Amino acid sequence: MAKIEIDGKQVEIENGRTVIEAAHLAGIYIPHFCYHKKLSIAANCRMCLVQVEKAPKPLPACATPVTDGMKVFTASEQAVKAQKGVMEFLLINHPLDCPVCDKGGECELQDLAVGYGSSASRYQEEKRMVVPKEVGPLISTKEMSRCINCTRCVRFGQEIGGIMELGQAFRGEHAEIMSFVSNSVDSELSGNMIDLCPVGALTSKPFRFTARAWELSHRRSVSPHDSLGSNLTVQVKNNRVMRVLPAENEEINECWLSDKDRFSYEGLNSGERLTKPMIKQNGAWQEVEWQAALEYAAKGLRQIADGAGAEHIGALATPHSTLEELYLLQKLVRSVGSDNVDFRLRQSDFSADGKQAGAPWLGMPIAEINTRDRILLVGSFLRKDHPLLAHRARDAVKKGAQASIVHSADDDLLMNVANKAIVAPDAMANVLAQILKALAAEKQAVVEASVQSAEVGSAAAAIAKSLASGERVAVLLGNFAQQHPQAAQLQVLGQQIAALCGGKFGFLGEAANSVGGHLAKALPRANGMNAAAMLAAPRKAYILLNVEAELDTHNPQQALVAMKAADLVVALSAYKHQATDYADVLLPIAPFSETSGTFVNTEGRVQSFKGAIKPLGEARPGWKVLRVLGNLLNETGFEYDTSEAVRDEALSGVDVAAQLNNAVQGVALETAGAGSGSLQRVSDVPIYSADAIVRRAASLQNTRDAEAPCALMHGAELSRLGVHAGEQVKVSQGEGSAILVAAADDRLPQGVVRVAAGHAATAGLGAMFGAVTVEPITGGRA
Amino acid sequence: MLSQDAIQKIDREIAKYPAEQKQSAVMAALAIAQMEKGWLSTETIEAVAGHLGMAPVAVYEVASFYNMYDLAPVGKVKITVCTNLPCALSGGVHAADYLKQKLGIGFNETTPDGRFTLKEGECMGACGDAPVLLVNNVRMCSFMQPEQIDRLLGECQ
Ligand code: SF4
Ligand code: FES
Ligand code: FES
Repeated sequence: MAKIEIDGKQVEIENGRTVIEAAHLAGIYIPHFCYHKKLSIAANCRMCLVQVEKAPKPLPACATPVTDGMKVFTASEQAVKAQKGVMEFLLINHPLDCPVCDKGGECELQDLAVGYGSSASRYQEEKRMVVPKEVGPLISTKEMSRCINCTRCVRFGQEIGGIMELGQAFRGEHAEIMSFVSNSVDSELSGNMIDLCPVGALTSKPFRFTARAWELSHRRSVSPHDSLGSNLTVQVKNNRVMRVLPAENEEINECWLSDKDRFSYEGLNSGERLTKPMIKQNGAWQEVEWQAALEYAAKGLRQIADGAGAEHIGALATPHSTLEELYLLQKLVRSVGSDNVDFRLRQSDFSADGKQAGAPWLGMPIAEINTRDRILLVGSFLRKDHPLLAHRARDAVKKGAQASIVHSADDDLLMNVANKAIVAPDAMANVLAQILKALAAEKQAVVEASVQSAEVGSAAAAIAKSLASGERVAVLLGNFAQQHPQAAQLQVLGQQIAALCGGKFGFLGEAANSVGGHLAKALPRANGMNAAAMLAAPRKAYILLNVEAELDTHNPQQALVAMKAADLVVALSAYKHQATDYADVLLPIAPFSETSGTFVNTEGRVQSFKGAIKPLGEARPGWKVLRVLGNLLNETGFEYDTSEAVRDEALSGVDVAAQLNNAVQGVALETAGAGSGSLQRVSDVPIYSADAIVRRAASLQNTRDAEAPCALMHGAELSRLGVHAGEQVKVSQGEGSAILVAAADDRLPQGVVRVAAGHAATAGLGAMFGAVTVEPITGGRA
Repeated sequence: MLSQDAIQKIDREIAKYPAEQKQSAVMAALAIAQMEKGWLSTETIEAVAGHLGMAPVAVYEVASFYNMYDLAPVGKVKITVCTNLPCALSGGVHAADYLKQKLGIGFNETTPDGRFTLKEGECMGACGDAPVLLVNNVRMCSFMQPEQIDRLLGECQ
């Protein structure tokens, strides 16, 4: 600890910290640009010069370590003179175009120029100009002449994003921030560079010139996308969401946002929004009053419950729905006598149902990921499924952790991966069994016979060795593992592996409310049908909550057949989507920005939020719609005045922490190796296809990550089929097929074809896993 | 892209640093690549980046920072004149002007016969010898008054 004095205030701070940190601790502001608490020290802007006793010249506070007894003056004559001098230099080449600058009003340079700049410039010569370059649909570098070369954006890429896409080329007054040649910036965290830029050199393309910072009112909210539950500041003008920025929460998203969380708001303002209730009559859609639509739906449901029986009613919701919506949906379905309700739409293996001790969750606080020294990732497209959790894992690896992966694809995680076992989906359980066996040998533990019979390969042995030497191990199951047809097996094996090394075991929840759905009890209990069963054995009536049947389910083919066969489909949705083909009633409900609600993130944190704006058109919050439906069905217990009342009822008597439990008991292990011999499908849900809002976010849809899905195969697989990369192939599964462009990815295992799910181009296909056939299309060069 | 020989030379440079700090060899690697190719094209920079496990833009930062690296083809004789402040105060700019007039080209230009390229350089750490210039990145020439420049150009014809 060092005791130092800043402007007469005593501060005590650990040795090795810097003067600027000590000042912040003491509540003293030192002007700065290049310094950022999350980034390395560059000390290149010189704005933070302060006077230090006994130092002959002013020193940069961001790069000067504290020493015991140090006396610092941040506002002495010497310091202020230095700061003013630096400001004059910074403004020499700055265009001073604040009136037309997007950053105006929230610009660090503008703010500090008020404090340290002079009212007139002594510089009469020509200012430098930087020719702007194109870097993609999200970030504009049009006004790169504004750059003060602080390199925050560059350091962000190197240190947080994990990929350096912007760099500072040339030198001196010619120094320029740019991407290599004409590359675009493709990182899924790229938007953070806009926030970091202390001037208006990097601006948000979707937001540019649509509002001034001071016109926007700020509303706190929570991201509806991945299971991190990023805290948002939703910025609003004229009852329209104009942009979304991070709300800092060190334990969740720190000061960052993924591009999905940041730019998805464009989907909220999409032209596809459903703004009026609609009923299909004689095959034609008609806009109707709420009362008529709700009565129609209630009557239909009542008829089926009374006629065919309540078990012929099924309810499906996406895990992006709020806790309140999910709770009321299950309450509604159960009150009419059905137990068929589920939100786990992309799951295919339900064999752990009823054997699961509680709600599957991360198994630890989010922030603990950074402190792990061994991480085993099973079946996860981590970077795209959980961009900021990937950043935390990257951070752990940077600090020395060893990451190992077991997966059916080998996408670049932008971190060092110590060991990997990349195998076809049907071999994953066996690989985990191998790891378990090898680990048991290391730890001198006994494992059951089915595990003993696994033959340990070199990759599994290496992973086991790495895990065995760890002190803080985490075994994490990603989306792919949860959607896997042997998800329960993977769970049991993963859990045993974690237990053997005294580590944590957890699920990287798929969506914003993957934990919340469990707490809301929106899944079948005793004799109800789960999501897959409800679609495999078509019901007479479906209630869909935010669901696009062909995009949100594990098997779109089956889902569509079920929808089309049903007598009644009531779709509650914020969008007018494909349900027009099969639904009978469309009820416009509000997306997260227009309703209050609650998401429970993957670490089990209950986060409630208020609506940022009023619902668009006649859309209404989902919880209200479900409440009225309950009333119309003459059910009691649907008298809620607020969403808080719904939440409180849903969570009353629920000890959330106690509910979070990954333990599963009574699932028998079958770890026999692969062996179907046929080509297997591997599917990811592309980052910008995962939910209804992001699918309609125009700018995100123009990114590289949203490019049309291909049929990706190992080069050897392509030659076996006699196709060349770039040619069109016909991918068939069950009754359906899709024409896709074949592409080579030699990091895939052989025997698989990777075809994305959740995308219109592949919605004609069947399950996300399983056998597929790929045939060349003669003369089909794309 | 790069010849086996160049790769070998680069690997020898890489071996001088700890395995996880391959990138320390970037300057040497670029010099070797430039020696072979004459200048550093986008493809060459990408090849060097790939070999060192670096982001291409990080290699480009280095290649564009030092003016010994050429991002475009240059003539047989590249003359780099220092015009930084100390030199500028002691005739550096005059030397450059003289060269421009003699060769009939400006900075970053090459004579039509492909013989000479003129570049503006940064401080070469020889301010006391101003004006200074560098021939083909390796030959340092001091006290370059017109007479000396004439002699140099004669030698290089
Ligand atoms: S673009 Fe912005 S963040 Fe990047 S160096 Fe310039 S001023 Fe800094
Ligand atoms: S903030 Fe200290 S030098 Fe930039
Ligand atoms: S300024 Fe020219 S050599 Fe130093």
